[in-house]
Amino acid sequence: MKLFSISDKKLDGKCPTGPIEKRWTQHKASIRLVSPANKRRLDVIVVGTGLAGASAAAALAELGYNVKVFCYQDSPRRAHSIAAQGGINAAKNYMNDGDSVFRLFYDTVKGGDYRARESNVYRLAEVSANIIDQCVAQGVPFAREYGGYLDNRSFGGVQVSRTFYAKGQTGQQLLLGAYQALMRQVGRGQAKLYSSHEMLDLVVIDGKARGIIARNLITGELERHGAHAVVLCTGGYGNVFFLSTNAKNCNVTAAWRAHRRGAFFGNPCFTQIHPTCIPVSGDYQSKLTLMSESLRNDGRIWVPKRKDDPRKPTEIPEDERDYYLERRYPAFGNLVPRDVASRAAKERCDAGYGVGPSKMAVYLDFSDAIKRMGRAAVEAKYGNLFEIYQLITDENPYETPMRIYPAVHYTMGGLWVDYNLMSTIPGLYVCGEANFSDHGANRLGASALMQGLADGYFVLPYTIGDYLADDIRAPKIDTRHEAFEEAEKSVLERIEKLLSVRGKTPVDVLHRKLGLTMWDYCGMSRNAEGLEKALKIIDELENEFWKDVAVPGTDKEWNKELEKAGRVADFFELARLMCIDALHREESCGGHFREEYQTEDGEALRRDDLFSYVAAWEYTGHRQSPVLHKEDLIFEYCKPTTRSYK
Amino acid sequence: MKVYLKVWRQRHARDAGRFVDYTVDGINPDMSFLEMLDVLNNRLISQGEDPIAFDHDCREGICGTCGLYINGRPHGPVARATTCQVHMRHFKDGETIVIEPWRADAFPVIKDLVVDRSAFDRIIQAGGFVSVNTGQAPDGNAIPIPKEDASKAFDAATCIGCGACVAACKNASAMLFVAAKVAHLARLPQGRIEARERVLNMLTQMEEEGFGGCTNTGACEAECPKAISLENIALLNREFIKAKCAL
Amino acid sequence: MELKPQHGLLKSLVAKKILMALTGLFLCLFLVAHLSGNLQLLIPGYNGRLQFNSYAVFMTQFPLIKIISYVLYLSIIIHVLDALVLTIRNRRARTVDYAVKSGYGSTFASRNMGILGTLILIFLVLHLANFWYKYKFGEMPYMVSPEGYFVSQKGEAIAGAVLRDGHLWVNGVDKGPAMKDLYEVVRLAFSQLWIVAIYVLSMIPLGYHLAHGFQSGFQTLGLRFGRAFSLIRTAGLLFAIIIPLGFAIIPLIFYFFPEKLN
Ligand SMILES: Cc1cc2nc3c(=O)[nH]c(=O)nc-3n(C[C@H](O)[C@H](O)[C@H](O)COP(=O)(O)OP(=O)(O)OC[C@H]3O[C@@H](n4cnc5c(N)ncnc54)[C@H](O)[C@@H]3O)c2cc1C
Ligand code: HEM
Ligand code: SF4
Ligand code: FES
Repeated sequence: MKLFSISDKKLDGKCPTGPIEKRWTQHKASIRLVSPANKRRLDVIVVGTGLAGASAAAALAELGYNVKVFCYQDSPRRAHSIAAQGGINAAKNYMNDGDSVFRLFYDTVKGGDYRARESNVYRLAEVSANIIDQCVAQGVPFAREYGGYLDNRSFGGVQVSRTFYAKGQTGQQLLLGAYQALMRQVGRGQAKLYSSHEMLDLVVIDGKARGIIARNLITGELERHGAHAVVLCTGGYGNVFFLSTNAKNCNVTAAWRAHRRGAFFGNPCFTQIHPTCIPVSGDYQSKLTLMSESLRNDGRIWVPKRKDDPRKPTEIPEDERDYYLERRYPAFGNLVPRDVASRAAKERCDAGYGVGPSKMAVYLDFSDAIKRMGRAAVEAKYGNLFEIYQLITDENPYETPMRIYPAVHYTMGGLWVDYNLMSTIPGLYVCGEANFSDHGANRLGASALMQGLADGYFVLPYTIGDYLADDIRAPKIDTRHEAFEEAEKSVLERIEKLLSVRGKTPVDVLHRKLGLTMWDYCGMSRNAEGLEKALKIIDELENEFWKDVAVPGTDKEWNKELEKAGRVADFFELARLMCIDALHREESCGGHFREEYQTEDGEALRRDDLFSYVAAWEYTGHRQSPVLHKEDLIFEYCKPTTRSYK
Repeated sequence: MKVYLKVWRQRHARDAGRFVDYTVDGINPDMSFLEMLDVLNNRLISQGEDPIAFDHDCREGICGTCGLYINGRPHGPVARATTCQVHMRHFKDGETIVIEPWRADAFPVIKDLVVDRSAFDRIIQAGGFVSVNTGQAPDGNAIPIPKEDASKAFDAATCIGCGACVAACKNASAMLFVAAKVAHLARLPQGRIEARERVLNMLTQMEEEGFGGCTNTGACEAECPKAISLENIALLNREFIKAKCAL
Repeated sequence: MELKPQHGLLKSLVAKKILMALTGLFLCLFLVAHLSGNLQLLIPGYNGRLQFNSYAVFMTQFPLIKIISYVLYLSIIIHVLDALVLTIRNRRARTVDYAVKSGYGSTFASRNMGILGTLILIFLVLHLANFWYKYKFGEMPYMVSPEGYFVSQKGEAIAGAVLRDGHLWVNGVDKGPAMKDLYEVVRLAFSQLWIVAIYVLSMIPLGYHLAHGFQSGFQTLGLRFGRAFSLIRTAGLLFAIIIPLGFAIIPLIFYFFPEKLN
């Protein structure tokens, strides 16, 4: 069987044309509106309450749509966005350091290694300033300077300070702002909240997204919910690797079920590996913890020059240390972008210079910073991160260097959407990390929060109106329709199938194996041989899963193992698509590093002539070869050049 | 290392519930407490038994999902840490560990160690927000806010809604949670406008949910993983008095 | 946002708690006044007895003090009833209790205000029955000067006066009401070991009640501003030690060192 086939029709992103700085304004002026009286008659389902979902649901309810909002956590406030640490970018130029919408746009396209759509990214940069205003008005307590004005920090190796932050808890504060806005609408009755509900299928009627099947995770009941449009804000799928910095429950199910119903999946292999995470310490480990990227501003990364050096790091003299980032990238040093820093760490460890018990770690050393700035200053800047590190590792980073290693952090890939954020299923919108959108092959720090809120507050509320304007005469969606019938039945059958295996292997064990496979063959660097091998292993593991998975209990109760089993079953299918995507993309770009395509000194080799497109995959059936649809990327404002940090 | 667990097992809300004993062996002291439970659960699952139900998500102390009452203390023996941030090195080899769910009538048990905390969402719905629609906001720097106020507001806003304060309080009071939100918004000019309605609405909702009142014991502050200060409760009381005097 | 329908003012837990604080802090003030009055018992000799008994007269007859004393009775009643309602409501918030409790982060006193208060209440009843009731309605001895004369309420020993219906008469002329000898009642009471024991031991729950209550009252009223509050806390602890100690010292001296008072 062929691995995949290629559609000869080009996919259209429906981007407006004309001068880039006018596109969004003109687009907004040209799209249709829905009158307040009609909005009252329209129902919208929002799945997800992270930054994207909570902001979208709140904004839509404010406009007067009847919103139903879902999340699997027991409260919308616990969505994974809560964990974001570092900050959110916005082109405010409050620092007077030459920032502008264009510069943010340019940095993002370049940072994404020229694999994102210019129109989308420009719009993102354009609305970024409004996000900050909105959040301040909601009472988000951003860091301020003594004069009472908003403070900014620099982030992710760009040349301006445009990152707004609230200590190391920016995601939490932004999410609470959006959550509170949403709770206000729930209190008013304009939005209805379904916490502890998991979407298990999308319902498509006459080619349009018209509802979902959700499972009440407390009672186990399956429920049908109809609406005139469905918005997925269900986050990323980094947990396909089992170990990642994502919250334990993050999963691909909502997106994958929509994909199976006809939504194309864009660039699934684009995964971001974050260079500074606390390394794995044992095979019981359930989760990896991020140490904010800001640490690289003052910490120096090194490994011993000698292999298997048995000495303590503090006993290794200066001239026997290899500050490999400073050596390889003298211009950017420790501040190279994430993908570059991660690969360099892997290269050293693979070559046998890794440190710590597992030999899969490098040192992040603050002794110079402490000498230069004094311990108090280091503490003021990074104290809370050092505390987290010590809580986990029981080591004091003031006295001995931290050990860090790259870990899966973010997925640039996701459901393909057009400029209006609509997927290939009419009426199905996708926002936030769940869509493939704006970050190309590598995301810059502090841009995910910006994108989630841009989508939810300032893009979707406009673009969804254009679609719903056609639906003002559509009656309430009848959930007795046969499409609901069919979807519910298929969900139930799948649950029953999972419960009927009654095997011996816990879900986690199989998930961990899948994750390791993906990490080894579809992780920081990939090659054709490994990916083909991975495809085989994935099939075997999937077979084992359906033969021997142990799911105790019933479906009519709170049953975490059943939840996990359903998610992992979808991860197997996604994993296959990721490997196919990685195999087909015969170039290196951003987070996707194909060993066959590198320069002589080991840098990524992009092939713009062949791969300057978005790969959007169409589902054709389980283990059937998917169809590749290409959306060509055209760069009118940021001409692709080789990213060099030397 | 090896520990003996006494775990509260309760099949569903109406089940009477009971303690069940388990022994977990071969523990690495660097394991987190939840990873120790994972190991136990995977063993139970392989043996065809029902695993212990407990909830968790971020496993890094920020989402507020986890929450176990361990040896008489919410979130266990480590100060300023959530359950997911507690590691086995904080227990002794051979120790007996009693694990219970949060106990409060406003937090009914769903299963085993999982409780329903939706009361917190309803308290926020009653007034824990600023009434601003998307698009209405002026420039972010239009109203300067003293750094001191902003940072105190931030400290209050770091509450993760875990409910440890309720679990720790002898009255199962949610005052620290409510106060954290009231104080966060009352300290900012954006929140002042609705300060009166907010404090009254949120307190009324708190009572309707069946939480107890505050008797200033301070257990909540001591057990709060985010060290939310009792000062916020004093501020809430002030706001209440102000609000009532304005009637 | 709109104001939601509110419960009646006194139904709210915070309002109830504020009432606790107002009455409690008022009682604290009362304790200061009461103790400074009672310390006059320790002035030796006839002067002390005279001064204390005069003070007792003053306390029952001065109109402003009368009003204050009604506020006081009302405060006690409100404090006690409110305490009862609050304690019951707070208990109802957790009907299934923990198997293991550590009490971490809270003081013994703060967790047992109800019990401590009840002990105080029992003491209060005994105490009032013992002195206040007796003084007002019971059989009381009357003050006699060293020369053996009855003493008027103004504190003058009146030679040759006879006592009838509580008044002093000299040759058929009413010289006004006689001064009761509360001091003597106290002395008699505090010569019995069991009464001394009750009085001294009851100061322990009072101390604990104040140790938490004093600062707690300020917290409840929202009177907490930065470092000033740690001063209040310290003051509360001192208050909780000094006041009960002051009260306890009186029966102890009466019992163990009666000669010092002569
Ligand atoms: C540790 C960490 C730190 C980070 N720091 C930063 C940072 O500093 N700056 C930055 O810009 N980005 C950061 N990121 C990335 C950023 O946090 C995320 O990309 C972003 O928050 C994703 O938001 P979201 O709204 O798209 O999805 P999420 O926040 O993941 O929310 C997903 C929502 O969907 C719901 N959901 C999913 N599936 C279903 C289903 N089937 N049924 C019902 N509900 C469902 C979930 O309940 C949840 O509410 C960080 C990420 C991590 C892991
Ligand atoms: C001299 C006598 C008393 C004094 C000076 C006194 C003082 C106080 C003070 C200052 C408080 C703190 C109020 C607050 O936290 O806001 C308090 C609380 C309390 N008192 Fe008293 N009190 C006295 C007698 C009593 C009695 C007789 C009872 C009887 C039952 C009682 C029961 C309580 C209770 C239960 C509380 C705690 C209420 C709560 O925290 O909600 N007290 N007291
Ligand atoms: S106040 Fe503290 S203990 Fe209470 S919910 Fe918030 S974070 Fe948890
Ligand atoms: S699991 Fe998120 S705080 Fe513990």
